[in-house]
Amino acid sequence: MRKDQTLGEYLQARGVSRRGFLKFCSATASLMALPPTSVAQVANALAAARRPSVIWLSFQECTGCTESLTRSHAPTVESLIFDAISLDYHHTLQAASGEGAEAARHAAMEENRGNYLLVVDGSIPTRDNGYYSTIAGISNLDMLHETAEGAAAIIAVGTCASFGGIPAAYPNPTGAKPVSEIITDKPIINVSGCPPIPVVITGTLAQYLTFGTIPELDPLGRPAAFFGQTIHDRCYRRPFYERGQFAHSFDDEGARKGWCLYELGCKGPTTYNACATLKWNEGTSFPIGSGHGCIGCAEPGFWDHGGFYKPISAGLWGSRETLVGAAVAGAALGIGTAMAARARKNKALREAEGDS
Amino acid sequence: MTLLDFARGPGLQWSLVILVVGIIWRLLGALMITARRDLAKPRPHSRLRDGVGVIASRSLPAHVFEKRIRFQHVSGYAWHIGLFVTVLFFGPHIQFFESILGFGWPNLPNGVVVFAGAVTIALLIALFIRRMTNPVQKLISNFDDYFSMIMVILPLVTGILAFAHIGARYETLLALHLLSIEAMFVWFPFGKLMHTAMSFPARFQAGSGFGRRGVKA
Repeated sequence: MRKDQTLGEYLQARGVSRRGFLKFCSATASLMALPPTSVAQVANALAAARRPSVIWLSFQECTGCTESLTRSHAPTVESLIFDAISLDYHHTLQAASGEGAEAARHAAMEENRGNYLLVVDGSIPTRDNGYYSTIAGISNLDMLHETAEGAAAIIAVGTCASFGGIPAAYPNPTGAKPVSEIITDKPIINVSGCPPIPVVITGTLAQYLTFGTIPELDPLGRPAAFFGQTIHDRCYRRPFYERGQFAHSFDDEGARKGWCLYELGCKGPTTYNACATLKWNEGTSFPIGSGHGCIGCAEPGFWDHGGFYKPISAGLWGSRETLVGAAVAGAALGIGTAMAARARKNKALREAEGDS
Repeated sequence: MTLLDFARGPGLQWSLVILVVGIIWRLLGALMITARRDLAKPRPHSRLRDGVGVIASRSLPAHVFEKRIRFQHVSGYAWHIGLFVTVLFFGPHIQFFESILGFGWPNLPNGVVVFAGAVTIALLIALFIRRMTNPVQKLISNFDDYFSMIMVILPLVTGILAFAHIGARYETLLALHLLSIEAMFVWFPFGKLMHTAMSFPARFQAGSGFGRRGVKA
């Protein structure tokens, strides 16, 4: 796609019909919780959009977010839209390497200063000046500061960039932090998930392309259209929860009948994401559909909320020995209290007998 | 640390420590106080039979008051049973107990548990209002009576809200539910909720004493 070509022209050249494009616009408007009357506005804005420059920085991450996006489906309108952005810098996807890659980043920053989108996946190590992760000799911390300065907005893709994720899990040896704790003067959209759902990434980009603004966000800075409800709210196994029908193990009768996985540690009730509706692999399934509970990967600190297989209602305590110790302490206090009472009583009796 | 993490972790652990220390302290402290030796010749009696007999007789309304206290008596049993059903047979509650005890048991259908919980809340609120408005009950009630009832009502209300996802996000409701339970744990050994541990030993002791003295009760 030429930089001066609009998205509408590009999609037409790629053989996407007007009908297919409008279908995508309707789905996008619906995903963003916009009224049906806004479909035409979305279509017009998207068709006229020129591809923005996107710089994608990968820090302390596993590349799962990129894998999620690039290996999502066979080419779809969503992936064409992703093709339609000018991805000027991305470690995994770019052909350039070494100094050439860094030159591409600097060129994109200069050419589009104040207008480019910065996408970040991975958390940023901050302990010891951030030397736990460097690219081309530059620490992630410095690279983020340098690149964020000229960005129009930042999209933190994945739980690591949004909330610290696994690198920030206890004891967080690298002092890993999310983007929002380092950059505070730019609009930031958190697209959490480990990895995030591909269509949530493209949907967020589509919103930006359509309106030039960031979407309505939830209290954790995530697009409310995708993160407004819990997995549990939209789970097809919810009726079993309502009826109190739970699988007790992964191979019992309840599991075979597809009952609720709450007792097996499902974090669906406390996890806000669109997995239960958008699903994965071309809408084929999602973890609960495959018989495994949600692990809550789109939430802050998901790695440190106790075991994945521990029910949400179970306590997170250090040890049962503490309670045994409490019982012993209680017994000692009780015996002591009783002995003191006895001593006072006997003394009073002796005094009473002495008086008489 | 989130509110829910606090409620499931340190909050729960320390409230349980206070609960266990407090119950054992007060129970042992009361049970180990000896009565002054009774020098009178005892009537023919059985300590066990007389003790258990009074536990049973005090669990039924005294015949002369039967009609006057029927509502209080029946509603008292009803909400206690409702509370036990709600606490012990809701699936997620069993998971909670299993995390402490190491074993669990089958749960009841949620419809049954929610019905029991709703009836319990309604009865407790009715009894609370009655305590505030009935002249005799008002006269013999103190802060402990009202506060202990609130400590029982709150976990039930927050539990129903959490189950039905009403009023706030689920994690907030679940945290508030756990925190209300923890508040009850902390209050339990020091207020009238302690009757749970005290009432049967006290009735047994009284029954044994009655039998020794030949009192029919």
